[in-house]
Amino acid sequence: MALGFFSRLKEGLSRSTQKLTQGLGAVFTRRKLDDAALEELEELLIGADLGTAVAARVIASFRRTRFGKEVTDTEIKSALAEEIAAILAPVARPLVIDPALKPHVVLVVGVNGTGKTTTIGKLAKTYQEQGLRPMLVAGDTFRAAAVEQLQVWGQRTGAPVASAPANSDAAGLAFDALARARAEDIDVLLVDTAGRLHNKAALMEELRKIIRVLKKQDPTAPHSVLLVLDATTGQNALQQVNVFKDMVDVTGLVVTKLDGSARGGIVVALAEEFAIPVHAVGVGEQAGDLRPFDPQEFARGLVGA
Amino acid sequence: MFEALSSKLSGVFDRLRTRGALNETDVMEALREVRLALLDADVALPVVRDFIAKVRDRAIGQEVIGSVSPGQQVVKIVNDVMIEALGGAGAEPLNLVAVPPVPILMVGLQGSGKTTTSGKLAMRLAKRDRKKVLLASLDTQRPAAQLQLQQLAERAGVASLPIVPGQTPLQIAARAMETARREVYDVVILDTAGRLSIDEALMDEVRQIRAATNPAETLLVVDAMTGQDAVNTAKAFNDAVGVTGIVLTRMDGDARGGAALSMRAITGAPIKLTGSGEKLDALEDFHPERVAGRILGMGDVVGLVEKASEVIDQEEAEKLARKMAKGTFDLDDFANQLKQITKMGSLSSILGMLPGAGKLKAQLGDANIDPKLLGRQAAIISSMTMKERRAPDIIKASRKKRIAAGAGVTVQDVNRLLKQFDDMSTMMKRMNKLGQKGLMRQGLGALMPQGRRPY
Repeated sequence: MALGFFSRLKEGLSRSTQKLTQGLGAVFTRRKLDDAALEELEELLIGADLGTAVAARVIASFRRTRFGKEVTDTEIKSALAEEIAAILAPVARPLVIDPALKPHVVLVVGVNGTGKTTTIGKLAKTYQEQGLRPMLVAGDTFRAAAVEQLQVWGQRTGAPVASAPANSDAAGLAFDALARARAEDIDVLLVDTAGRLHNKAALMEELRKIIRVLKKQDPTAPHSVLLVLDATTGQNALQQVNVFKDMVDVTGLVVTKLDGSARGGIVVALAEEFAIPVHAVGVGEQAGDLRPFDPQEFARGLVGA
Repeated sequence: MFEALSSKLSGVFDRLRTRGALNETDVMEALREVRLALLDADVALPVVRDFIAKVRDRAIGQEVIGSVSPGQQVVKIVNDVMIEALGGAGAEPLNLVAVPPVPILMVGLQGSGKTTTSGKLAMRLAKRDRKKVLLASLDTQRPAAQLQLQQLAERAGVASLPIVPGQTPLQIAARAMETARREVYDVVILDTAGRLSIDEALMDEVRQIRAATNPAETLLVVDAMTGQDAVNTAKAFNDAVGVTGIVLTRMDGDARGGAALSMRAITGAPIKLTGSGEKLDALEDFHPERVAGRILGMGDVVGLVEKASEVIDQEEAEKLARKMAKGTFDLDDFANQLKQITKMGSLSSILGMLPGAGKLKAQLGDANIDPKLLGRQAAIISSMTMKERRAPDIIKASRKKRIAAGAGVTVQDVNRLLKQFDDMSTMMKRMNKLGQKGLMRQGLGALMPQGRRPY
């Protein structure tokens, strides 16, 4: 299991690095690090979704220490990995469930289609394996069949699912679910929400309502607010995090779909900009495909070192 | 920090406008900014390179140097190249010319919006084009995906293929075509599971589905927020199944949609439709010239007008317009207008559609306008007497105190509203002077009182 764990993560991440790695190899096999080379390197980073500002900063640091030197492919990769891991290290913090809270309320938010429901299913499985008792709340009462989707995850993991009829008030459902969880001695309450674009004020207000209502029973709830972010998202992720953080005090990120060709370089920009913890990464559609966020692994995977 | 492409570009072009003649250095400097702005808007790197090269070739030389207004000339060239790159003027319709039942295959990454788009497309074809549509979900991967499409079909009022558990996507596709032939459907929409472009097994599966059904349209559904990976996705799907059209979803978000440019350039396939909401009718034709205008800070005025005409009470609007023209616009009308604006969505999304409003939005601070502002303003006006509303000049200190108490706000808030109303009256006078053309040319900036935060 432990072996499969790392090889699987590595497999997932290495796919996402293929192109960047190839590009780096082509540019930096034994070559003088001059302006042209630096510019190409900067473009490679931009192509990995690090964004123009972060890419420029990394390049500036390279210019200071390595300008004019003969460098090899390997040197560049490990140096780049170091640079990126240093940015990511402070935000790599796992989501710690406090069993004393009974339940620890986790609100899961994000724009449409990032993988909130799938992530909740995976989280439920993780907690189950840790011997905790999770309960799922089908708070996406808007999208067609979202409730059924979560119920399938409930069956797969054996976790109870609190649901309400379509189009009913998600806040009311969350309130009832919290009461039920307290009565049933649940350890973790995972609250799913409908996907919403961060620029829709009314929908963001709905999220705040869910939080207000939860606080009526437990003033410290929700104890965690997870923003689920799709790794294929470009620079708009900065905007997403910014608004969700302002509106609902996001406490951590889960980055999904890292098993694709997207490199998820935006995570580096997010770490620099907001310093919000990155709890986990999603590398597949199965229940076991949620991994802790390891900055070394991620950075090495990103540059192919 | 989060300046949209339009505001960045208008910053660059403001500088260009202030200079008399343009030389090569000026053009290059502007294009460096354009390059950065395009990258920050998620246009993929190779696409940006081509774009910049095209603009440079056209800008340096006759067209710019020696022309009367070089800055405007560059703006025009960038705009022209952008429209061309997005597919030229006008919307490209779906191709349904085939022997019915005509299959439409929907493909894309997980979470790009395939199923929702399938539902929207079915409703559009059924309602607008009077087609008999069958929806079939081939998504056996994601839990309840088939159920989701079935429920969407019910909402859209079209038929969906009965769910048979245990069938493979290929079997479902065959059954869908068979059913459609037997029951004489015009169009069959085949919604597939989301798949990663590097997943060989699943890409092979969609290749087989395509070969078996021979769809008239293979639509790649793409999230408008997609970053640099748009290139990989577009290339992989195009190589595997030959994309005939692109659907850009989440256009109602605040991403500038640089992915549109990338997708179009890499696949060569036209962007045919855009999704801009979760309701089933939120599917629109893609208009390259409008999106180019929005990206370049010229605003999507046509889109704004369309949106407005959908939600704004026509009679009410005409009444307001008449009052504006006559100069008898009072606080009651103002309150009415606030109500109409609230119906159109968040202020920031409306601002994004206005020409020159990119900068304005930045001034308002991170696009996070207090959603309650409009409600509070309406409350202030409701706390006034009829007489006060018709003649706001009579509102002095003690009236202000009473109004503030009634609306639960401070006297400053009341002052601000009155000032705003005053500004607005001034603005209307200016607008009448400028005329329609002047407004389009100079943008919203011409109407704003200088150096003050607009509300």
